[in-house]
Amino acid sequence: MSILVHEKTRVLVQGITGDFGGRHARLSIDYGSQIVAGVTPGKGGQVFEHNGVKVPIFNTVAEAAKQTGATVSAIFVPPPFAADAILECFDADLDLAVAITEGIPVRDMVRAKRAMQGRRTRLIGPNCPGVVTPGRGDKSHGGCRIGIAPGYIHKRGKVGVVSRSGTLTYEAVWQLTCKGHGQSTCVGIGGDPVNGTSHLDVIKLFNEDPETEAIIMIGEIGGSAEVEAARWIKAHCKKPVAGFIAGATAPAGRRMGHAGAVIGGAEDTAEAKIKIFQECGISVAATPSDMADALLRVWRG
Amino acid sequence: MNIHEYQAKELFEKFGVATPKGVAVSSAQDFEAALNKINTSAGIMVKSQIHAGGRGKGTFTNGFKGGVKFSPTKEKAIENAKAMLGNTLVTAQTGPEGRKVQTLYFTEAANLGKRPDGRDDEYYLAILLDRATSCPVIVASTEGGVEIEHVADHTPEKIFKVQIDPAVGIQAYQARQIAFALGFTGELFKQCVALVTKLYQFYWDKDCAMVEVNPLLVTQEGKLLALDAKVSFDDNALFRHPDIVALRDLNEEDHKEIEASKFGLSYIALDGNIACLVNGAGLAMSTMDIIQHFGGSPANFLDVGGGASKEQVTAAFKIILGDANVKGIMVNIFGGIMDCNVIATGIVEAVKETGLKLPLVVRLEGNNVEAGKATLANSGLTIVSGDTMADAAQKIVKFVNQK
Repeated sequence: MSILVHEKTRVLVQGITGDFGGRHARLSIDYGSQIVAGVTPGKGGQVFEHNGVKVPIFNTVAEAAKQTGATVSAIFVPPPFAADAILECFDADLDLAVAITEGIPVRDMVRAKRAMQGRRTRLIGPNCPGVVTPGRGDKSHGGCRIGIAPGYIHKRGKVGVVSRSGTLTYEAVWQLTCKGHGQSTCVGIGGDPVNGTSHLDVIKLFNEDPETEAIIMIGEIGGSAEVEAARWIKAHCKKPVAGFIAGATAPAGRRMGHAGAVIGGAEDTAEAKIKIFQECGISVAATPSDMADALLRVWRG
Repeated sequence: MNIHEYQAKELFEKFGVATPKGVAVSSAQDFEAALNKINTSAGIMVKSQIHAGGRGKGTFTNGFKGGVKFSPTKEKAIENAKAMLGNTLVTAQTGPEGRKVQTLYFTEAANLGKRPDGRDDEYYLAILLDRATSCPVIVASTEGGVEIEHVADHTPEKIFKVQIDPAVGIQAYQARQIAFALGFTGELFKQCVALVTKLYQFYWDKDCAMVEVNPLLVTQEGKLLALDAKVSFDDNALFRHPDIVALRDLNEEDHKEIEASKFGLSYIALDGNIACLVNGAGLAMSTMDIIQHFGGSPANFLDVGGGASKEQVTAAFKIILGDANVKGIMVNIFGGIMDCNVIATGIVEAVKETGLKLPLVVRLEGNNVEAGKATLANSGLTIVSGDTMADAAQKIVKFVNQK
């Protein structure tokens, strides 16, 4: 198994008629993912076509899910309308909404996260690279790619990867793949201060997933999510974990690209988080080049 | 986005939050007229308007002490104002280069109420996002007029927090909880409930990242006033607040960061000598980290986003080269979906266009990377390739430290 999504997961794309959403829908189709519907209000009835694959477009998420059996949405809707798109997924009772959009107002996300309570839909993101469960074909073809990650860098295997950052996730995945170690699922939870799924949520899923044997957790300065996850790992996690924290050189109080990456107090500096990681038995990578090796120091593959 | 104190107070007044009456001035010719608009009988506060904190304890580069001054008379206020306006104020938060004061704020001095122990009757009030719960939180304390971090370290029991449910907004009982916690009774209790409610409305309606009132004070006349106001806004929400965007003061921002934002680049200047150019915020942060790890010192954070076009790279090089401290550049691109050869071509053209003479180490990884590396190698330029992030960082640190 994998977590969140698998090879047969049926995916709809909100914003498939936009440049950004369209480009990545095409890449997902090329990767062999099951992109079964698009949603663009007012363009229902049109068809998105790529390499012989015809993807019907619907006006609403509920209709798309009902007609195509899609259970997961990839959201590429522009920031002013993205929270609305997320709420529409909750209302349609999807299993999972993955919000790729960067730049959603915090207030919109505060409301959306509140509206998520009591719903069965899980939200990943926003401002995230998405989720990949690699396939078993050449260059991991045939997997489920939701979002913007490059598919070919993956390889199907036993390591779960969770990170806030896109490019750092790719870095870790590529190091693993180059060393011959594949991934069960790679999850980018996003760089915003308010997001739907935390490091800890994903760690718990990996801990229960029989296919996942080891975990890489990548964090950064700001907030206490990594610390919360590390303490849980120490108490409950059955699997070896390696970690990396970005932002050791970041000056306090400055936002480092990700809206969530601001050092607020003493506990959320890189130094403090690394220390807690070590206390919790996580193998810490000294540099981002060392992420796969840090895992291989505690896991033989 | 940050705004000045006088702008924050104008917004407070619009939302019904009481502040001492004041007038902002940006020219010495207007001092007299401005002072005539307010009641100066209890004296005047002359306040330098810069975005950095620590103004009262700051020193001007001309030797004048204090960026916030009580002035008993109009004459004294004008004298103080002349010493401040147009001069550079250095505070604990500005860095040694300081900030030029281009606007002053004259406010009516308040008659501070006293507590039984003789201290000024000052409180602390702030509203911000609690990341742990993803809800707004109101933070209040009886210990105003000092930094809240200091209170948190020494007397954490004097900090009171109320979490707001975003589904329903602030409730009357929550405003009362704060008024009770601050020890107010009678008329002041009512004023506090109203002020907290209105301040929350402002925070929510205007998409604030943070609202901080320190101090909130009680006057001898029994009035609750926001004596200082620090407000910042969520940049992502500015599209729906043109009135707030109009308050932006570009003088308060780093000109290189403004230039960078025009090209979709996210740039933050630091004080090291190795510049970096990276795609992705997480990778950009960790590129700075790895430069430091191998004994170098990063000159900036620079995220070119997903694209890294020739135009962006050229603009990025120009911005980097505007920093005289820079002695070398490390480019770190994980071209997952982008073609590395397109990026390499962009780098070569940008080097030619900017006439770059500094050591340049490029680490490319991803799609079509071999062709990209060949383009760099065959460019006739002295561009060094790094195989991994660690390799590239070690190489650039070595180049820069050799000099």
